[in-house]
Amino acid sequence: MKLRTLVWRELFQRKSQMLTSFLAILLGITTVVAIKNITFYSEKAVARELDTLGANVLVLPKSASLQDYYSADMHDEVIPEEYVLRLTMSNVQGVDNLSPKLCVPVNLQGKNYALTGILPKSEFQAKAAWAGAGIFSRPIGCGAIDVATEPKPEDKRTLVRKRVIETLDTHETLVGADAAASLGLEEGDSLTLLGESFSVVAVLPQTGTVDDSRIFAHLHTVQRLSGKEGVVNCIEIVGCCKEISAGLVDNVNKLLPDAKVVTVKQVVATQAKVNGMMERLSLIFLVIIVVVGGAGIANYMYANVFERRREIGTLMALGAESFMVLRIFLLKALLLGLAGGVGGYAIGTLLAVTLGPKLAGVPVLPMPLLALWAVLISAGITLAASYFPARRAARLDPCATFQEV
Amino acid sequence: MLRMEQVSKQYRHRGQVVTALDDATFDIPKGDFVSVVGPSGSGKSTLLLILGGMLSPSAGRVLLEGQSLYDLSSDERARRRKKHIGFVFQTFNLIPYLTALENVKVPLLLAGVKEAAQQDRAAGLLERVGLADRLDHKPSELSVGQQQRVALARMLANDPAVILADEPTGNLDPETSQEIIQFLEEFNREGRTIVMVTHDPRAAERAKRTLRLRAGAVLPAEIKRRGVHAA
Repeated sequence: MKLRTLVWRELFQRKSQMLTSFLAILLGITTVVAIKNITFYSEKAVARELDTLGANVLVLPKSASLQDYYSADMHDEVIPEEYVLRLTMSNVQGVDNLSPKLCVPVNLQGKNYALTGILPKSEFQAKAAWAGAGIFSRPIGCGAIDVATEPKPEDKRTLVRKRVIETLDTHETLVGADAAASLGLEEGDSLTLLGESFSVVAVLPQTGTVDDSRIFAHLHTVQRLSGKEGVVNCIEIVGCCKEISAGLVDNVNKLLPDAKVVTVKQVVATQAKVNGMMERLSLIFLVIIVVVGGAGIANYMYANVFERRREIGTLMALGAESFMVLRIFLLKALLLGLAGGVGGYAIGTLLAVTLGPKLAGVPVLPMPLLALWAVLISAGITLAASYFPARRAARLDPCATFQEV
Repeated sequence: MLRMEQVSKQYRHRGQVVTALDDATFDIPKGDFVSVVGPSGSGKSTLLLILGGMLSPSAGRVLLEGQSLYDLSSDERARRRKKHIGFVFQTFNLIPYLTALENVKVPLLLAGVKEAAQQDRAAGLLERVGLADRLDHKPSELSVGQQQRVALARMLANDPAVILADEPTGNLDPETSQEIIQFLEEFNREGRTIVMVTHDPRAAERAKRTLRLRAGAVLPAEIKRRGVHAA
């Protein structure tokens, strides 16, 4: 016979008491696992939604202001394009996307438009890969759920959301919705800009921003045609909100001391607020489970020690040392904790996966890491709650136990 | 083998000091079979518990094979009990959720005996007390006589040199009591020292000698039997 046989048999000797305390810990762990699981995917979804709002960090020339950025960067202040390479080669954490821009005015059919040079991602990504380091050598996409879908051919219209496109030829353009409407342009048309002919590869959807009046072309073409080679007006960064809170702006500032780095604070603040609320909710439930579950287990264990004092006395008469008695009760607590943790993870995950989409409106997938977390928390609570009852058992006076019963 | 030197034990009960054992001094040589008799509350069970290292005396010394038991820590005394002493209780004190076989394995588990050896030893002991066909029965499925025989098998598990029996026949009918006493006599013939607290005069007579207690004091006149004398 092993010690665990003795403990296991005793567990089922007093089934109703055992089930009550087990249910307390099981329900607690189930609740926390379900909340944590839904919260995780909900945060991801919120982050993804916020990412659709666009860039949240801007690198501007020292003398430029956010107002300049929102008025389509029609100013003469510039920063070197080399900053883009510096960023891609750096180890700055939390950069999801980069988009350098140079804006020059063009007059078409008697109206002024902002010709905006953008650099397709393939170009700076290739440079970083060539150097074997940098931000894009790591997986990115902090705000997206990887649902392992089939890769689709790039839709250039996503520029308005992602702020960057993968590829763009030197004589291709993307035209904003308003510009396309007033110029009567459609996909496949051609257009003459600063004396050179461009083909319209996409008409961008309406955004309600200054982007609707822009005409986008390859950065290097715009630089050449405007005589502003090697410079840009701004670099838009789509950063992970968590990383922004953790000092992304400071890190970019250190990397580019001659530029101005600003955060679109509202976006970050919203994300941080939602994340903070979810974390606080998880914490509150964790505290409740520790207090209620722990108190339930402690109460059960004290009652168990009291009921089993004759048995404890007998074991001591047979030669059980105090540590052995302590082990018997702590092993019982550990078994309850492990079962509560595993069961709580399984039920909590099931609830999260089935109810999550209905409650939070987001797809929820099982999180294996939570299993380890659930088992550790559950076992930790049962062991901590049982320590003092177990110690009381180990210190029982065996004679008193015979006399009392 | 066992020696008590001027051992006293006082309890405090509702503000009153109660003397359970008063200046008891005696020797129990190896291979002795001593019955301890006396009226209820005379200190018989207290004496047995003190001899077993389970209850610290208020004064005096208890020696087991020359070692003063109460100069040891409680865990060291537990280790001594495990190795040298077997307890038999009036109410058997079997663990209700374990089978007869598992109950006998408990002292072996406490002594760190491997599982295969536990099985052989426990089954052999239950066979010896006539319960080979009751190995998987729980205490509630056994008669009181069978339960006491399981308790005897459990007591023998670690081959103790000293057996301390507290009213081993107190809950049994005369026929079953006879069986249990026969077992104790058999264990005594094997060289084990037995101290048996009892109210039953017929059981007491089967011991080699009798210690009489009254109000916690060991009476000077001992009934001497079979040539064994108190020291």
